[in-house]
Amino acid sequence: MPCRSAAARVRSTISGGNDPCYTPKMSVSRFVVTSRPLHLDDVVRAVGEGGGAPETTAGAVTSFLGLVRRQNLGKRVLRLEYESYEPLAVKAFERIAAEALERWPEVRLAVHHRLGTLEVGEASVAIAAASPHRAEAFSACRYAIERVKQIAPIWKHEFFEGGHVWIEGALADPDDSAAREDAYRRACA
Amino acid sequence: MRVTVRLFARLRDITGAGELTRELPDGATARVLWDLLASEYAELDTYRDAVSAAVNAEYAKMSRRLADGDEVAFLPPVSGG
Repeated sequence: MPCRSAAARVRSTISGGNDPCYTPKMSVSRFVVTSRPLHLDDVVRAVGEGGGAPETTAGAVTSFLGLVRRQNLGKRVLRLEYESYEPLAVKAFERIAAEALERWPEVRLAVHHRLGTLEVGEASVAIAAASPHRAEAFSACRYAIERVKQIAPIWKHEFFEGGHVWIEGALADPDDSAAREDAYRRACA
Repeated sequence: MRVTVRLFARLRDITGAGELTRELPDGATARVLWDLLASEYAELDTYRDAVSAAVNAEYAKMSRRLADGDEVAFLPPVSGG
C-alpha cells in the first residue's frame, strides 16, 4: 500500500513502528472496536499521556497487548475471527473504566479491541492505564483485561488444523459481583 | 408488538440469521422472546442458562419487559480479549 509522501512516511514511521502506512491521528478515542490493526501508541495517546500534555497528572502509564496465540488447548491455531455487538462493546469498555475509577480514583483507561480476521501474532486487544503512581496503573490495566473477558460482547471463532469452534467463556453479566471481585483479586495479586 | 432480535456467534450459526423480527404479546419479557426462539430452533435450548440479553444496546435482565420497536440482543458466553 503506497503512502502519500516521504514526509508522511517519516512521520508515520516515528509513530507507527513497523507499519509504514500508519497515520497517527491527533486525538484518539479511549474506547474503540475496529477492524483495523491495533497500535499500542493509540491507547497510550488516548489516556492523554506521552504527548507532554501540560495538564497531565500521571506519573505512570502501563499497557497490555493481547495477541493471537499459535497454540490453544493443544491445537495449532490458524486464525481467529472476532465479532462483536459493537455499540454495547463500547459501552462495556466505558463501564469497565468507570468501575476502575471506583477502585482507583485517579486511573484513566483506554481499551481498543480488534474485530474481523486475525492471523497468529496479531494484536486482538490493546489497553492502557494512566495513573499518578505505577501500582494503580498496573492493577487497573490487569483489571480491565479481566473485565473485558468477562463482560464485553465480543466472540472469537477459532480456526485450527482440522476444524473450527466458537470460544465461549463467561456469561456476560456486568452485575455479577462475584465475577467483578474475581477480576479485582487478580488485579491486585 | 414487534421487536428486532440480534444474534451473535454460535446463536447466529444455529438460527442462520444475525437479525430476526418477531411479534410478541404486550408485556412480554426478554425470556418470553428467548423461549419463543428456542421453540423454533431446538439447539438454542442448550443456551437457556448461558445466555444474557441487551435491549437497545444496554445490558438487560431476561426478566426485562419489552416495548414495541425494541432491539433485543441475545449474547452467548463471551470470549473477547
